[in-house]
Amino acid sequence: MLSWAALLVCALALAGFFTAKGRAVALGGDTPEVLHSRPVYHGGFVAIRTVFAGLGVLILGLILTNIAIRWALYSGLPAGLSEIERDLIVSDGVALANGALASRTGEARDAVAALYGRLTTLQIWGLALASVGAAIFTLMQGLRQVSIPFRARSRFERIVQVILTISAGIAVLTTIGIVASLLGQTLVFFSEIPVMNFLFGTLWSPLSGVHDGTMDPDKVGAIPLFAGTLLITVIAMLVAVPVGLFSAIYLSDFASARARSIIKPMLEILAGIPTVVYGFFAAITVAPFLRDTGAAIGLSVSSESALAAGVVMGIMIIPFISSLSDDVINAVPQSLRDGSYGLGATKAETIRNVILPAALPGIMSAVLLGVSRAIGETMIVVMAAGQGANLTANPLEAVTTVTVQIVALITGDTEASTAAGPAFALGFTLFCVTLIFNIWALRLVRKYREVYD
Amino acid sequence: MSDPIKFHCKGVDVWYGDTHAIKDNDIDIHDNSVTAFIGPSGCGKSTFLRCLNRMNDTIDICRVTGTLLLDGDDIYSRDVDPVQLRARVGMVFQKPNPFPKSIYDNVAYGPRIHGLARNKADLDAIVEESLGAAGLWDEVKDRLAAPGTGLSGGQQQRLCIARAIATKPEVLLMDEPCSALDPIATETVEELISGLGKRYCVVIVTHSMQQANRISQRTAFFHLGNLVEYDTTDAIFSTPKDERTIGYVSGRFG
Amino acid sequence: MTDAASLSPSVHTTDEAAVRLKKRRSAETRLKAYGMIAIGLAALALVALLWNIVARTMNAATEHYIAIEAQIEEGEDDFLKVVKKSARAGFPYVSGRSGKRELYGLFSDGAADDMRRARDAGTLETGDAVPMRFLMSDTADLYMRGEFGSLENQESAGTLAIEEGGKAFTLRTDTGAFTDALGRAKAGLAVEADSLRRQAARQSAGITAQEARIDSVTGLEREDMLVQIEGFKAARDRLDGQASALDALVTGDGDTLLELSDRMASFFVEANGGILKLTEVSADIARAVPLVPMNDTDAAANGAWSLRILDRPEIGRPVKDRQVAILETLQRDGRIEEVANWKFFSLSDSTQPEIAGIKGALIGSMWTMLVTFCLAFPIGVMAAIYLEEFAPRNRFTDFIEVNINNLAAVPSIVFGLLGLAVFLNFFGTPRSSPLAGGLVLALMTLPTVIIAARAAIRAVPPSIRWAAMGIGASKTQTVFHHVLPLAMPGILTGTIIGMAQALGETAPLLMIGMVAFITAVPEGITDSATVLPVQVFNWANASERAFDMRTAAAIAVLLAFLVVMNAIAIILRKRFERRW
Repeated sequence: MLSWAALLVCALALAGFFTAKGRAVALGGDTPEVLHSRPVYHGGFVAIRTVFAGLGVLILGLILTNIAIRWALYSGLPAGLSEIERDLIVSDGVALANGALASRTGEARDAVAALYGRLTTLQIWGLALASVGAAIFTLMQGLRQVSIPFRARSRFERIVQVILTISAGIAVLTTIGIVASLLGQTLVFFSEIPVMNFLFGTLWSPLSGVHDGTMDPDKVGAIPLFAGTLLITVIAMLVAVPVGLFSAIYLSDFASARARSIIKPMLEILAGIPTVVYGFFAAITVAPFLRDTGAAIGLSVSSESALAAGVVMGIMIIPFISSLSDDVINAVPQSLRDGSYGLGATKAETIRNVILPAALPGIMSAVLLGVSRAIGETMIVVMAAGQGANLTANPLEAVTTVTVQIVALITGDTEASTAAGPAFALGFTLFCVTLIFNIWALRLVRKYREVYD
Repeated sequence: MSDPIKFHCKGVDVWYGDTHAIKDNDIDIHDNSVTAFIGPSGCGKSTFLRCLNRMNDTIDICRVTGTLLLDGDDIYSRDVDPVQLRARVGMVFQKPNPFPKSIYDNVAYGPRIHGLARNKADLDAIVEESLGAAGLWDEVKDRLAAPGTGLSGGQQQRLCIARAIATKPEVLLMDEPCSALDPIATETVEELISGLGKRYCVVIVTHSMQQANRISQRTAFFHLGNLVEYDTTDAIFSTPKDERTIGYVSGRFG
Repeated sequence: MTDAASLSPSVHTTDEAAVRLKKRRSAETRLKAYGMIAIGLAALALVALLWNIVARTMNAATEHYIAIEAQIEEGEDDFLKVVKKSARAGFPYVSGRSGKRELYGLFSDGAADDMRRARDAGTLETGDAVPMRFLMSDTADLYMRGEFGSLENQESAGTLAIEEGGKAFTLRTDTGAFTDALGRAKAGLAVEADSLRRQAARQSAGITAQEARIDSVTGLEREDMLVQIEGFKAARDRLDGQASALDALVTGDGDTLLELSDRMASFFVEANGGILKLTEVSADIARAVPLVPMNDTDAAANGAWSLRILDRPEIGRPVKDRQVAILETLQRDGRIEEVANWKFFSLSDSTQPEIAGIKGALIGSMWTMLVTFCLAFPIGVMAAIYLEEFAPRNRFTDFIEVNINNLAAVPSIVFGLLGLAVFLNFFGTPRSSPLAGGLVLALMTLPTVIIAARAAIRAVPPSIRWAAMGIGASKTQTVFHHVLPLAMPGILTGTIIGMAQALGETAPLLMIGMVAFITAVPEGITDSATVLPVQVFNWANASERAFDMRTAAAIAVLLAFLVVMNAIAIILRKRFERRW
C-alpha cells in the first residue's frame, strides 16, 4: 500500500515536470529568451517539490506513527506488570497480528494484537492519503507559480544544494546516532551496575546472576574480556606487523616491477576476503592443525585457542599493514634515497637508517589502525575463539573477547532488554577504544603528510 | 694544468629505455681541480655526472655502455661494487637533501656505515673536520643535536657537502648544487667549492656560465647528449671553437 | 673484490673495507630474504585458505543417489512413508528395529521432497516398481567420499569353509588368513588398554593431590575428602583391572577366539555374493553374522572371497557396519549414482545438510545490496559533491571530514548495535529484513563511497570547471553537467569496491537478527531473510559434518561474486580512467 503511494507520488512528480515544462514553453512562445529560467527548470522545480512533499510526509509520518503506535500499545497494557513482561506481551501481540508464532497466547496478547491490527490499518491508509494529498497540493501550488519572471533555476539549485548539504550531514548524523544509541543503553546499564565493577571486575557471567531483570554486580567484570581481546590482538600484531612490514620493504625497494605486479594483487586478494571466510579457515583448518601439532609435541592446545584466532586475524591484517606501509615508504622522497646511495650506503642501510626513520610515523599509524581493526574484528573470534570468560595469558587456551560477548548477548536466547545493557556497555567501550586508536593514527598520518607532501 | 687524470671516459653511451641520452662521449677529468659541465636543459650533463658514481644503477630502465675508468680501473666492471665506488666518488644534489636526523648524525652517517671511526672521539673529530671544511662548524657547533632539516637552504647544502666530505671520497660530484639557493648562499657555497677543488677532483654541473667561469678550471659543453667541446674554462669562454658553444656562451640559446 | 687493492690508496679500498663491505652486503641479502620470507608466508596463507575452500567445494559439487524401485500409490501424500516402504522392499533381508533404522538412515528426507516436487509438477509415475533415485543421507554421502576411511581389501588366502550355526556362521581356513585381522584387533585392544591406564593414572594423580592436602583440613571437609579419595581409588582399581583383562586378551595365542567389539576396527568377509561381519576371530577360525545374505553356503575357493577391513571403529563413525555393507553392495551393483549438485542453488537453508541450499541467502543478499546501493550511492555522491564543490572551508566541514575518516574505521559490529538501537527499536524496521540490513550496510559503506567519490571529483582538473563557468553555466550546472560525468568511472569503481565489502560483511547483520534460521525465500525488502555471509556463519557453526563442504561451497559462491565485482571495478578503472 505504502509503496504504491510512493509510486503514485513519483508519477505525480513526473506529470508535474512535464506540465510545468509545457506551461513554461507556452509562456515563452516564439521568444523563449524572455523566460528567466529555461522550461526544464520550471519542470524540475515542480517535480522536486512534489517528491519532497509526498515522500517527506510518508517517511516522517511512518517514523512518527510507528513511535506513536508503540506508545499506544504499551499504554493499553494492564497496570502492575514488570518491564520485561510488558515487552514480551507487546512483541507477542505484534507477532500474533502479523501471523507469526508468539511465545505464548492470552487475553492481554490478543488485545494487543487487535489494537495493533487496527492501528496499523489506520496508519497505512492515513499515511497513503496524506502523502498523496501533500503531493497533489504542492504540485498545484507549483504549477500556479510558473510565470515569465519566476526564478525557477535559482530555486531549483537552492533545493539541490540543501539536498547536498543534508547528504554530507548524514555522516555526522551517523556518528551522533552511534554515540547516542550506545550511550543511552550504557547509561541505563551503569545506573544499575557500578562502572568500577564493570571495568575492573574479574568475573564475567552476566546472565547467570539475573534476578527480575537486574544483574549481579559481581558477575559483570569485563577484565577477562579485555584480557582476551588484548591477547588475541597481540598475537595478531606479532604475525601481521613483521610480515606486513617486511613485505612492504621488499615491495617498495627490492621487488622488480614484474614481481610487484604479482605480489600487490595477491595482497589485495587477502584484503578482500570477507572475515567470515577467515573465521571458517580458523575454525576448520588452523585450530585443528595447531591442536594436532601441539599434541604431537606434547602441548595441550585448546581446540578454540587464542593462538588460532590470533594467527588468522594476523593474516587478515597483513595486507592492511603492508599496503599502508608501502604507501608511506614510497612517499619518502627519492632525494633522501639518492642522498644515502650517493654516500655509498647499501639498500639495507638506506632502508634502516633513512627510510624507516622517515616513514616511522606513517608505519606507526598503519600499525595503530591495524590494532583498531584487530580489537573490533568480530567474525574470526566468534568462530574460532571461545565463549568462556577465561582470564589467562596462555595463548594455547581458549579466551573470549569483547566482540564475541556482544554477539553472544545479542543473538542469545535471553530477553533482549536484559542482554542489551551489558552488550551496549561493551559496544560503547569498544567504540571508545577504537576511536582513540583511529584518531591517534589519523593525527600521525596528517603530521606525516605535512612533512612530505 | 698538468693535474693527473682521475676519470678516463671513452665511448660512453647512455639509454633511458629507448631514449639515447648520452651519445658516444669521450672525456678525461683531472684530479685536484674543478671541472664544470654546462649546457642547456636536457642536454645530458646530469645524466653523465650520475654515470661517474653509478647512481644511474638505481634507475631500472637506464643502461650505460662504454669505458669509464677511475684511476685506470673500469668502474662498470663486474668486480666493482657500486657501494664502494660511491664511497670513493661522493655526490651533492641539486636540492639540499639532509636526512631527517640531527646535524651530527647527518655528517656521521657516512663514517658510520663505512666504519671510518674507531670510537666516539674519532667520529667527533671527523664531524668537526668535515663541518669545518664545509665552513659550517662555527654556525652549528652549539646545536649539533638539532635536526638538519631546520637549517636554512644554504646551510643545508653545506651540510650535504660536509656529509659527502666526511665519507672521505676522492671525487666530489655536484649536480647544480646552487640552483635552489639564494645569491648570498650561492656565493658561500661557490667559495667552498673553489677551496675543495684544491684537494679533490670536483665535477660540477651548472646552469650558470658565470658560476662555471668563477669556480672551474676546465669546462665541458654538452648539447643534445653530445660533448661538444671540452677545454680549459678560459678557452671555452674566450675562444670557443664550435658554433654551438659560441651560441651558448654568448647567450643566444640555452 | 679481487682488484680492490690495486685501486689507488683510499680508506675505501683497504682490505679492512673489503671485509666490511662483504658483511654489509650480506646484511642486505638478509633483509631481502626477510622480505621474501614475509611475502612467501602471506602467499602461503592465501594458498592454504583458498585450497581449503576449493578442496571442500569440490566435495559439495556432487551428491549421491541410490537407484531403487519405489512403490507409489495413486494419490499418495506421505512420501516419507514411500521411502521407507521402498527401502524395506529393496532390502528385504534387513530386519529388526535397529536394522531398519540403519537402513532408513541411508536415505535423506530430500528423497521424499523430490517425489513431492515431481508430483506437484505432474511427472511422478505411480505403480509397484517405479524406478527412482533416492537422495542419500548426509552421513552415507560422507562415507561414499571416504570421510570415514576406506574399506581395505585383503585378497583371500586359501579356501574358506562356511558352516551355518544358528544366526551366525563359522568360517574356517587352514592358511591363517585371519592372522592379520587378529593382529589388528589386538592392536586395537592394546590402544584401549593404554587409554584405560591413562585414565587410571589421572585418578592416581587425584589421589596424590588430595592426600597432600588432607592434613590441612579438618571436620566435614576432611570427611568429604576421604570419601572422595576412596572413590578415586575404586575407580583406579576398576580401570586397572579392565586394562589387565584386555592385556590378557592381547597376549592370548592365535588359536583362541577373540571377541570383537565396536571399539576395534570392523572386519567383513565378502563371499558368495554376501557380506558377513566378523564377531570373533582367531588365526584360522572366525565367527560372523550376515549383513547382506549369501547366495549359498558352499566353501569359497581361493580368490573367490575377500577380507575387508574398515580401520575406524564403529563407535567412532555415524555410518554403522550394516550401512557400510549395504552401501558396498549397492556400489558393487552399480546402483549408486553421483550427480552434479544443482539443487544447492535452488534450495534454501535446511537443518539437513544434503538438502540445504543457498537460494534464500542469495536472494536475501540481493535485496540487501539493492537497499544498500540505493542509499549509499546517491547519498555518498551528493555528500562528496558538497564537500568538494560547495562546502566552505571551515571548522564544520573539517569536522565532517574527520567524521567520515573515523567512521571508515569504526568496528562493523558497532554499526550493528546502531542498527539494533535506532532502526529496529526506534524506527520499528522489521527484524531480520533486508531493509534493516541494507540500512546498516549503507551507513557502513557511505564513508568508502564518499572518500572514493571525493578523490574522483578532485581528479577532474579545474580547467574543465573554468571552461563551463566561462560560458555562463551556474555552479550547479557545471558540477552536474561537466564534473560529475567525468568523475563517474572513478565514483563507480569506489562504489563497487564498497559494495563488495558490504556483501561480505557479517557481524552487523548478526546484531539485527539476520542470523535467524529462515527457510523461505524473501520476496521483498521487509521479509525475514538471511544473506550469504551469514549463511556461511550459520553452516560453519552447525554440528553436522556434511555442512563443512557446503559452507565451503557457499564461500566459493560468495568469493565468486566478489571476484566478479572487483573485476568490473578494475575494468572500469582501466577503460575509463583518464590521467589529466
